[in-house]
Amino acid sequence: MKQRKIRILIAKPGLDGHDRGAKVIAKFLQESGYEVIYTGLHQTPEQIVNAAVQEAVDAVGISVLSGSHNYVFTEVMRLMAEKGLGDVVVFGGGTIPEDDIPELKAAGVKALFRPGTPLEEVLRFMKENVG
Amino acid sequence: MDYVAEALNGSQLAGARLIRLLEEGDPAGVEALKKLYPHTGNAFILGLTGPPGAGKSTLTDRIIAEFRSRDLKVGVVAIDPSSPFSGGAILGDRVRMQRHATDPGVFVRSMATRGHLGGLSRTTGEAVLVLDAMGYDVILIETVGVGQDEVEVVDLAHTTAVVALPGMGDDIQAMKAGILEIGDLFIVNKADKPGADDVVKQLTVMLEMRAGSADGWQPRVLKTVAVKGEGIADTVNAFLEHRAHLERTGALAERVAERELRFFRELVKEMAADLIFGSFQGSGAYADLVERLKARQVDPYSAAETLLAGFSCRAT
Repeated sequence: MKQRKIRILIAKPGLDGHDRGAKVIAKFLQESGYEVIYTGLHQTPEQIVNAAVQEAVDAVGISVLSGSHNYVFTEVMRLMAEKGLGDVVVFGGGTIPEDDIPELKAAGVKALFRPGTPLEEVLRFMKENVG
Repeated sequence: MDYVAEALNGSQLAGARLIRLLEEGDPAGVEALKKLYPHTGNAFILGLTGPPGAGKSTLTDRIIAEFRSRDLKVGVVAIDPSSPFSGGAILGDRVRMQRHATDPGVFVRSMATRGHLGGLSRTTGEAVLVLDAMGYDVILIETVGVGQDEVEVVDLAHTTAVVALPGMGDDIQAMKAGILEIGDLFIVNKADKPGADDVVKQLTVMLEMRAGSADGWQPRVLKTVAVKGEGIADTVNAFLEHRAHLERTGALAERVAERELRFFRELVKEMAADLIFGSFQGSGAYADLVERLKARQVDPYSAAETLLAGFSCRAT
């Protein structure tokens, strides 16, 4: 059987409109051979998780620059478990203070990429954790 | 999890995972599809095609809303291109439709072409079958942005709408060979832009010149401004009128029967090739034939004949 294509949802929750980071990641992952489903701006956790269900993705990447990361990630993780997506890798990026990271990781977020992260690091993470 | 039972129960998770299996060519997907098949054949399948940037996704979003207001469940398969270089893809059709993401009566699945030509992905038809079995009343297929010749959607859809836009007068001319022939409806989107009426006129004139379709349907030209929701109810009415026409004339049954036969023949070709090549696996005569072919000592026609002669000897 041919190799499975990896599908990744990239979502931008909340009210901030800073989608440059999400777009850079989406384009980079596409150029690295991944199928990226891009949801666009202003997504609620429900919309993100339902899109992840319908698109049967292997991973969900969420970009937050509004300061609402604690709420968004916790809510996404809760809904993912509820909807049977416990096996889908969740990662994130954005202006997330170091201090908040341990708690988010404890909630199940696999990695958080802060501003200035080299793209290669994201790719290495994808290869090791998703495929 | 029993994907088949769950999908028939309407589980989006199960349906999505089945589509994924089919998309990856997993044999388990085909086995599941065999069980789903008796539950298919009820959905109204619509195709929406047209050049990139014509507003297909925005139209799809509005059409979903219109069908939902009429209490019909809607499945969508939206195709975007894969990169010929990396094999990756950015599937962005959802961006315009995300407001339906929390509506349990709507299921949107994005698919990448993965090198398949013709405006669809190789497994679009299978995805449509899964959505059909899950009980979606209407299934919308949104093709990749097309040029002239990517007309595969007509094989799948009962009704095909071609989306055009103002300011592409010359392109409309260019469209006449392939795309103009496949539309049951023509939607001139962005109709608030200058030149919309010219496009409507051009299309109408060309359709009048075209030989009428065998089932007696006269294609219609509609105007929409999808971002403002204008012309959408009329569009959906026209879809339903075409559907009624197909049912009345028996053309629907004919289209569906043709599609099944074509799909069957495609499958036989694929499976026969697998069977034939599989039977020669590790064969010295086969390796020898390939070497001679590569060295141009035998032409591909004779090589294929030799191979098939060898296969039928083995089979008897």
